[in-house]
Amino acid sequence: MNNKIKRIIPQLLTILFVVFVFGFFTFNAQVNMDNRGIDFGFGFLKQEASFDMQFTLLDYDGQDSYLWAYVVALLNTLLVSFLGIIFCTILGVIIGVARLSSNYLIRNSAAWYVEFFRNIPLLLQIFFWYYAALRALPLPEGAEPWFGVTYMTIKGYYIPAMIWQNLNIFMYCLIAAVVSIVFIRIYAKKLQEKEGKQLPLIYISLAILIILPGLSFLVGGVTLNFEIPVLKQLATTSYIYEGGVRLPPELIALVLALSLYTSTFVAECVRAGIQGISKGQKEAAASVGLTPNQILKLIIMPQALRIIIPPTTNQYLNLTKNSSLAAAIAYPDLVLVFAGTALMQTGKAIEIVGITMLTYLSISLAIAALMNWYNKKIEIKEK
Amino acid sequence: MRSISFNQIQSKNPLTNMYLGSFLLAISIFDVLIYAFFNTNILSFLPSKLSTFLPLVLGFIGLGIIRMEYSGIAILDKLNKNINTNNFNALLTLLIIFAFIKATPPSLSWMIFDANISGDTKEACTGTGACWTYIKVWFKRFMYGMYPNDLHWRINSAFILVIALGFVGYFFKENMKKYLALYYVIIYPIIAFLIIYYLISGGSFGLVWVETGAWGGLSLTFIVSFFCLIFCFPLGMILALGRRSNLPAVRYISVGYIEFWRGVPLITVLFMSSVMFPMFLPEDFFMDKLVRVIIAITLFEAAYCAEVIRGGLQALPRGQYDAAKSLGMGYWKMHIFVILPQALKLVIPGIANTFLALVKDTPLIFVVGLAEIAGMLALAKTNPKWLGFAMEGYIFAAIIFWIICYAMSKYSYNLENKYKTER
Repeated sequence: MNNKIKRIIPQLLTILFVVFVFGFFTFNAQVNMDNRGIDFGFGFLKQEASFDMQFTLLDYDGQDSYLWAYVVALLNTLLVSFLGIIFCTILGVIIGVARLSSNYLIRNSAAWYVEFFRNIPLLLQIFFWYYAALRALPLPEGAEPWFGVTYMTIKGYYIPAMIWQNLNIFMYCLIAAVVSIVFIRIYAKKLQEKEGKQLPLIYISLAILIILPGLSFLVGGVTLNFEIPVLKQLATTSYIYEGGVRLPPELIALVLALSLYTSTFVAECVRAGIQGISKGQKEAAASVGLTPNQILKLIIMPQALRIIIPPTTNQYLNLTKNSSLAAAIAYPDLVLVFAGTALMQTGKAIEIVGITMLTYLSISLAIAALMNWYNKKIEIKEK
Repeated sequence: MRSISFNQIQSKNPLTNMYLGSFLLAISIFDVLIYAFFNTNILSFLPSKLSTFLPLVLGFIGLGIIRMEYSGIAILDKLNKNINTNNFNALLTLLIIFAFIKATPPSLSWMIFDANISGDTKEACTGTGACWTYIKVWFKRFMYGMYPNDLHWRINSAFILVIALGFVGYFFKENMKKYLALYYVIIYPIIAFLIIYYLISGGSFGLVWVETGAWGGLSLTFIVSFFCLIFCFPLGMILALGRRSNLPAVRYISVGYIEFWRGVPLITVLFMSSVMFPMFLPEDFFMDKLVRVIIAITLFEAAYCAEVIRGGLQALPRGQYDAAKSLGMGYWKMHIFVILPQALKLVIPGIANTFLALVKDTPLIFVVGLAEIAGMLALAKTNPKWLGFAMEGYIFAAIIFWIICYAMSKYSYNLENKYKTER
């Protein structure tokens, strides 16, 4: 009996404390909102947003609702995160492998790269790229073409736009190709387990991936044209590129800074993963007669990935959260558009900050849940 | 891994190889060096495409010739083993060396030779390089924000006092050691808070009141990160214990708290502190913006701190718990005298890393309008008298932060090694 009370009382006290804190805040918020004549509610989401966004992926103008502004802004955030994740992975893997190189210069250059970019606050890096480095780029009229058709200017990076016809047929072909590759892989695995035969999977997959979408051009009536940006004079000294797609400097600065900064952490994860595999594994694999390629594919990579992927996912999550720094350089991401502009206009502080935090929270929790599932799946099952 | 592949072009005599190879390598490096520093191309008699790539080709052949398994010449062997194990490595080596040589002259001339530091106005900057005059003129602002110039001694002396008090623990006598934790966790934060409050804020003892809006620059970074660290540590400890508790209500609340704060970006937390937090306080209760920001960052970092401490708690072998229990210790006795002293020692490097992340996060307070060093830079950048020096400002701030963070990361790395060997 005594023991039971000992267990119940601390729990009761904790719950009471939490309830009290929440109650206190809710009460104050109620009083404050009554005094200022603000009412709590999410009705404002349907109202007209009446502000503009500089850069959007979907069609948006001031007449759309706050809800649509939220979706568009969220897409902008996801775009930055997506690009950042791709670039930081590529860079991080290269640097992580380079840190283990036998070449003294490469090893140390990589180490200095990591030390350099890791120890400067991300916000300063973003500011540096946006306010200092990208401002030193030429004006549109003075820009030299990169790769012939793209122009890096102070107003952004102009790249050719793709104009598709019958894009959906192309997409179906692509999906069909991926599905058939998956099936062939399953078949190949069965074949190997039954008869010990190995199919040249990489070549087959590549062939399917090229041939099927290629067919859609020849037979399915899919066409692809490129719209190349062309210099156009607006006024005597004002030039602009017309046609093509403009990647705004905010996006470039953000992606650059995020991927350089996060790549250092990814590089450390990759290094730790490769170092975490004992030499014995490789030697044992070689002694049972596997070729170097097979050793890498069947022995090293599966084990290294098991160490690398969880912390790397964590870094991806950090990158996504850090992409909210976009607000500091006026890239229209979720924080700037929603927690900034929309909040100023509606004054619904609690609702808007709450929605913004919940959005990030649900992204984090979703990825964390995925990670737990993955960890369970790849766990070494000990008997 | 370090096998050395052979090239066919070498003769039997290692010395001949060495001289020939080094000669070719020297030519290639010399050519790049001359071109980078004096802008004269000694190979200009060749067609332009060839003269661009010739150094690379020459160096590559040179490295190929000097590559051998064992020559008996110490330097050569070392070179081969470290930068010249195969063709691919040789190529990368050359590319890195060339890139380094190419990048040196422009950056040197921008930072030093063509730069200006004399004078007090923008007009003094006549060179094509950096304008360090800008940094010189704004230096006090970058360090102290808008804090009145003649009162800077107050910030300096407050920092010196706080740091000195931080070292007091080293001079504790042996019989006082048991109060060390008490001192650092409770007494020291209170004293530090009083010092900073009375000395930097002023308002009493004949010191002029300086409102927090005037605080800024690097000193604000230190103040914010210092307070957040000392406050988030005890909170994190409680949360970590809560997460490991076997009382479901306590555990779920702790888990919820930790996962919530770890799931949101700091910038939204700061927005919350500036626009949402005032709504949650009683009507006539005013809280300074700086205090709100410190509370917000503390709540945020406590979650990360808790995870680090939990790692330490989990790393302790079960036997420690069992032994303490078998001696008849209760929950608190067990944790205070047996578990926490060992666990906290384990997590010191982790805490140092958290602190590093905290310092790197403080520039963010700029978004809620506190003129921390990034904020002062933004202010200086838009000053009409000093337009166009963003580059210098950001490089200056980056260097300062880099030195601080690099020193801290090295220190935490050393700590990690130290505590690894002691166990």
